[in-house]
Amino acid sequence: MEGDIVQMGAYLGAGLACMGMGGAAVGVGNVVGNYLSGALRNPSAAAGQTATLFIGIAFAEALGIFSFLVALLLMFAV
Amino acid sequence: MDQFIVKPLFGGDAIHWYTPTNVTLWMALTVAAVALMFVAGTRGRAIVPSRSQSVAELAYGFVHKMVEDVAGKDALRYFPHIFTLFLFIVFANFLGLVPMSFTTTSHIAVTALLALAVFLSVTILGFVRHGVQFLELFWVKAAPLPIRPILAVIEVISYFARPISHSIRLAGNMMAGHAVIKVFAGFAALAAISPFSVLAVTAMYGLEVLVSFIQAYVFTILTCVYLKDALHPHH
Repeated sequence: MEGDIVQMGAYLGAGLACMGMGGAAVGVGNVVGNYLSGALRNPSAAAGQTATLFIGIAFAEALGIFSFLVALLLMFAV
Repeated sequence: MDQFIVKPLFGGDAIHWYTPTNVTLWMALTVAAVALMFVAGTRGRAIVPSRSQSVAELAYGFVHKMVEDVAGKDALRYFPHIFTLFLFIVFANFLGLVPMSFTTTSHIAVTALLALAVFLSVTILGFVRHGVQFLELFWVKAAPLPIRPILAVIEVISYFARPISHSIRLAGNMMAGHAVIKVFAGFAALAAISPFSVLAVTAMYGLEVLVSFIQAYVFTILTCVYLKDALHPHH
């Protein structure tokens, strides 16, 4: 009986951890949206900033991947 | 999910460090694919390049420009390592998209080794090039003096979190993408939603092709950023 409750907690936690992906989505959208609005104002400067754009996306996205990892650990490792 | 299970190639269950597994096979195929494109493809050394030669030249120019732009001209000495990393990851990701194949980069053990190699070599390089002054990387001169010790602690933590996020980002992205395709493929068992399933798998596959390239690009560009920090630690 006790094991069932632990299992339920792990599954609930995995589901809750998925909320972190929403945060990553907001972050990536913010980065790209701001890049686009800047690029439309000054298109000549846009090409030089694509590397920075991808670094920004990578950092924002990594945190979403961490939440995914926490969900996986709760599902399969706990 | 059985696509992520590491299996010995020639029967049996025991896996030792010398056992040839499907990981070994697909890594070997990755290296063979890179070698095929860059040794056989550029053999002609034509002035007007053939198709495979021009792809090889494009890849070379792409990474060369990335290293020069992000890490600076003096980082070009380390360009061969970065180019090798990029090619290995991009080919491993693309080979993983072949149906029934094995994605070596979806395993944290593989990506952690790649990221640790970058982390260790960059740290050693920083100390060799700058000695103790490399530690100025953690002492932010631009900030007011009272805040600097706090910032130093944060900088040290974030420095040691680098290999973790560097490796988990690649492995997590590859694993998540393949898992999503698998989930959508599972819907095909229900006849009512199977057309939706086929459409979704096709769309996700297209997205995965994009993600495979972008993650290899991101891994390489972060390597360049870390290399820049080692070569020019002064903020």
